[in-house]
Amino acid sequence: MIKSKKSRYGDWIVVFLCFLLIVVCLLPILNVLARSLSSSEALIKNKVWLWPVGLNFDAYKMVLNDSKYTWSLIWTAMLTVTGTCLSLFMTTICAYPLTYEKLKGRRLFNTIIIFTMYFNAGTIPMYLLLKDLNFLNRPVVLIVPYCLSVFNMIIMRSFFYGIPESLRESAELDGAGPVRVLVSIYLPMSTPVIATLALFYAVGRWNGFSDSLMFVKKREYYPIQHWLYLLINSMTRIETTTVEGFAPPGLSETLKSATIMFATVPILCVYPWLQKYFITGATLGAIKE
Amino acid sequence: MVSGQAKKYKASSAPAFYNTKSKGDATVKTVALDSSPGRGKKLFAYLKRYWTIYLLLLLPLTYFIIFKYIPMQYIQIAFKKYSIVKSVWEMPWADNNGLEYFIKAFSNKDFINAVKNTIMLNFLDLICGFPAPIILALLLNELPFPRYKRVTQTVAYMPHFLSWVIIAGLARQLFAPSTGLVNNFLDKIGMQTIPFLNEPTWWVITYVFLGIWQSVGWNTIIYLAAIAGINPELYEAAEMDGAGRFRKMWHITLPGIRTTIVTLLILSLGRILGSEFDRPYALMNHMVNNVSNVISIFVFKYGIQGLQFSLATAVGLFQSVVCVIFLFIANALAKRFGERGVW
Repeated sequence: MIKSKKSRYGDWIVVFLCFLLIVVCLLPILNVLARSLSSSEALIKNKVWLWPVGLNFDAYKMVLNDSKYTWSLIWTAMLTVTGTCLSLFMTTICAYPLTYEKLKGRRLFNTIIIFTMYFNAGTIPMYLLLKDLNFLNRPVVLIVPYCLSVFNMIIMRSFFYGIPESLRESAELDGAGPVRVLVSIYLPMSTPVIATLALFYAVGRWNGFSDSLMFVKKREYYPIQHWLYLLINSMTRIETTTVEGFAPPGLSETLKSATIMFATVPILCVYPWLQKYFITGATLGAIKE
Repeated sequence: MVSGQAKKYKASSAPAFYNTKSKGDATVKTVALDSSPGRGKKLFAYLKRYWTIYLLLLLPLTYFIIFKYIPMQYIQIAFKKYSIVKSVWEMPWADNNGLEYFIKAFSNKDFINAVKNTIMLNFLDLICGFPAPIILALLLNELPFPRYKRVTQTVAYMPHFLSWVIIAGLARQLFAPSTGLVNNFLDKIGMQTIPFLNEPTWWVITYVFLGIWQSVGWNTIIYLAAIAGINPELYEAAEMDGAGRFRKMWHITLPGIRTTIVTLLILSLGRILGSEFDRPYALMNHMVNNVSNVISIFVFKYGIQGLQFSLATAVGLFQSVVCVIFLFIANALAKRFGERGVW
């Protein structure tokens, strides 16, 4: 179909607006990246825009030399991996049974679970519970209390509903039990939803800092975001050993930028590859009970 | 004992009796499930087949009971005098029929301020942030080059994956009064610099803007999916009738995604008194305390930092209850206007 001149102009306006959006989304990251790679003198003189001035990697080296930051990065990675595995396991064993239409008590289980989405006890009751369980200031508090999200469970359940019932029935006729059906039929078919939820849970753990802020006082258990929070609010600083014995002005700014990049880059490297999956996942979440 | 046995007898005999009387579908079904017709045996067969499912559910249900339902018993603290040595059930009731802490909360200036700020920020989020993804979805839908569209989408989803601490870090560098990129630019073109994060009004604007920046791309996913579900013949028919870009948007695309819009609007309205913690906490600073103090931050400050557990629990309970009520009202309103609602 031949497009009219008017609609072709329209197309270019749309293209331009989308370009503007890309710029607005990327600008802050590019700015911080440039600052983290620039020399501190250039930073003070306000010379750095979107391209590093006086390119060097000193800031990154300094952050990596500060043992509490390197440890925190490793620690957060460990928490993320363990937490994601636990969350995926819990989500699966919660979502799968609920897809059995004939399961006695299914409605009750559903109600018990969905209710928690609309009403929760609140921050202080949670804090007191964790105190009574003796979870405070222990690594477990960063993994277990929020390991199962109802929202994510619903995404997985919706996905499972999409798998034809006949597959399950024929496997059951062959004598396979529910667990066998889950492991050898459902899970192999669920790569998209597992990838999506792994991303959601991993990003949640990597980005989380409020649970650490509320429930953890031991500094060695702080996840990276907690350190980053303290750093950008100048409540802590990166230990630097300079020859002169004092840090040049502007150095703290490059260090902040470098730390932000450390916390951001892992996510930026992962999410684009999973785009195909999480779009389906995010759409499934909208299907209601 | 006797009645129990009688019940058992009845339970197992009734289906047997039923089976002998009618030899229709019911019999066939029972036979298919289990060769013995007794109800007790049927239950046994059912459990034998499905006990692993209950076993799987055991762990998640325990999780929900421990981490979602047991905390609810601590809600009592809102009505009681907190004591560190007694259990929740043994603590004495607070004064004024247990409402002491609610009265205290509502006479606390900080709390009133927090409620005002929560409503203000959420309301601004709603009017500015709610239409944004719809507009962007319509825009992306008009984009003629599929590849370019994909790139735009990937980039637009990115902010959703950043934590509020990172966003606050980015914003502080970008919007810094004398060293930030934006103010440098304003300075260069001869305009006044703007205290984006250090002056209450500008802080609110920045807060809302960053909220849109973070969520707009991600929130288009659901609208784009809804748009993809619209029958393409409708567009063809409209084109035949000579409808232009905007007429098609107005008469086909928007009505096509109306249900999605209403559902999401209900959920947003239900959250009008809800408050995020990360976002205001990461963005606030001492110069804007009077606008950044929201309910979740109040609870954190008075409860976890100030150890006033009863007061903070009362505030949290007030918030949860109001949220549920708002959700019900919004849902009922939507149903009255002929929409599907959330449940």
